[in-house]
Amino acid sequence: MFDLERWQEIFDTLRKNKLRTFLTGLSVASGIFILVILLGFGQGMRNGIAHEFEQDASTSVWVWPGTTAKEYKGLNPGRNIQLRNENYENWEQIGGPRIEYSSTRNFVGGVNVTYGNEALVYGIQGVNDEFQFIDNAQMAEGRFINYNDLAGTAKVAVIGLKIRKDVFGDLDSPVGTNIDISGIPFKIIGVFKEQKEREEERIYIPMNTAQKVFNGGDRINNMAYTLPPAETFDQAVAEAVAFKDELRTYLQQVHTVAPDDTSAIQVWSALEEARRYYSLTGNIKLFFWFVGICTIIAGVVGVSNIMLIVVKERTREIGIRKALGAKPWSIVGMILHEAIFVTSISGFLGLIFSMGLLELLGPHIEVDYIMNPSVNLNVALSTVFVLIAAGTIAGFFPAWRAANIQVINALRDE
Amino acid sequence: MPTMIEIKDLHKSYQMGSNSLHVLKGINFKAEAGELVAIMGSSGSGKSTLLNILGMLDEANSGDYILDGVPIKNLNETKAAQYRNKFLGFVFQSFNLINYKTALENVALPLYYQKVGRKEREAKAMRYLEQVGLREWANHLPSELSGGQKQRVAIARAMASEPKVLLADEPTGALDSTTSYEVMELIQQINDQGNTILVVTHEEDIAHMCKRIIHLRDGVIVEDKKIKQKRASEYVQ
Repeated sequence: MFDLERWQEIFDTLRKNKLRTFLTGLSVASGIFILVILLGFGQGMRNGIAHEFEQDASTSVWVWPGTTAKEYKGLNPGRNIQLRNENYENWEQIGGPRIEYSSTRNFVGGVNVTYGNEALVYGIQGVNDEFQFIDNAQMAEGRFINYNDLAGTAKVAVIGLKIRKDVFGDLDSPVGTNIDISGIPFKIIGVFKEQKEREEERIYIPMNTAQKVFNGGDRINNMAYTLPPAETFDQAVAEAVAFKDELRTYLQQVHTVAPDDTSAIQVWSALEEARRYYSLTGNIKLFFWFVGICTIIAGVVGVSNIMLIVVKERTREIGIRKALGAKPWSIVGMILHEAIFVTSISGFLGLIFSMGLLELLGPHIEVDYIMNPSVNLNVALSTVFVLIAAGTIAGFFPAWRAANIQVINALRDE
Repeated sequence: MPTMIEIKDLHKSYQMGSNSLHVLKGINFKAEAGELVAIMGSSGSGKSTLLNILGMLDEANSGDYILDGVPIKNLNETKAAQYRNKFLGFVFQSFNLINYKTALENVALPLYYQKVGRKEREAKAMRYLEQVGLREWANHLPSELSGGQKQRVAIARAMASEPKVLLADEPTGALDSTTSYEVMELIQQINDQGNTILVVTHEEDIAHMCKRIIHLRDGVIVEDKKIKQKRASEYVQ
């Protein structure tokens, strides 16, 4: 291995067979490259999906009313379901201690929002004080809506950080300033932060205010809950599913909806979705490993093929070398030394290049469900060594056979 | 003169399926140091087989082969490689140069297997190239050389390891007659310096440029005579 003369001989050979060297190297480097990129994106998808679920509190349960799809007790399908305050209040009693936080939400429509002379086109939502914890909103400035705001039908608003940057960028703090909603001044009391900028383009006002000032009556659009934490993930999922099913059954009874009508009242549990996605990411990981291993196998086959051809092509040369006094082991050594050298260099080049690409581009990838693709260095290194080992083994047998072939036969090889 | 090669009752047969082909049927001969021997015979007479056995490229079934006092028997590949490197130089009909190495590197190759350092190897190889008159062609690839030049590079390579015996298998077989005589002239010069050379050929004129002719027929020596050497330089004009 440390025989300088051998190294010189190998460098000579490689330099004078550039195409062969390049092709061998390319197949190894591209195999490693593809594998690392694949594994990186597998990890990126896991990261991205995990990130998506950090947006709302992980135990949150949401109710979205819809339209009935089935005839039930003499009522026609196609009926819109409207949630009302009493539904929320009654479930508060039934749900009892199983509820950690609860809130209603209204989408306030048909209003104009202005700040001075500037018209703002942001959605307005009426929510309760506990909505902050359900939606996992962090306060950047000021405070969220509180109980007193609700009780006093206060004309206050909490704006998203994006709005604060876009509209109130030149103010030290927007807290205390007024915005007009359909001519009625609302005082900004806080700025909230979300995982996603899209969700920062909202203005929250107290639920009572939304209903009384903007003609909401006792209608509500969503009911939202979080459940208290459970011992284990599985237990939490089980509790969430039970809570969700009971809540739906209750609402179906109240609104006279067929029990098997799924479109009338939709109850969505983050935990249940999370479980589905976690198993999905597990499958994605498996899939990427499978593809990766196939890539490696293809790489191994490629390297073996090249080694076979290289040895075949060099049979005559091997014969000449043997006639000139090369020992069998020195022939095997030469071929393997060359193979290991080429696969190592190109393997590490492929590794460095692909990891560099992931490092450079990874943090800048802004696609839903893909975040910060990266790869475990140990995994990547192992694959390089697997390829080197495979190349060595694949090279050894033809080299050994060629080295032991009768010189006269080798020389006859055209 | 000391005996360089001694062969006693050499037998060789090849297994062809269920038949066995008896190629050499008891060969006996001796060659002294400094001899230039032509081995003649029609194809199938066993002359190439004999040369392969002499060159340790093949092994006899029975009989003795003593090279410069060293019995060549039961060699494993490694030992055979060592002996070939130390004792023998080969010249082939098809030159057998390594095509991606320059003339100089081809000549230096046997020295690499003698573990001679790079600098010394190249200096020595250059000396031998000069001897065959190809100094200016040292850095050319075989593909850039003519047939005669290739064979001269091959002879320089065979001589570079300073072998006890030079074995030439149809060295002029792929060359036209003018080039053949030039190559033979070179072989005669090397012989004049005291080297033992065995030439396998089926051409009468080439054989008569040697000092002794051995005729093989059907695996036995039918004739072994010393002749008056014809200098190749007489033909080269």
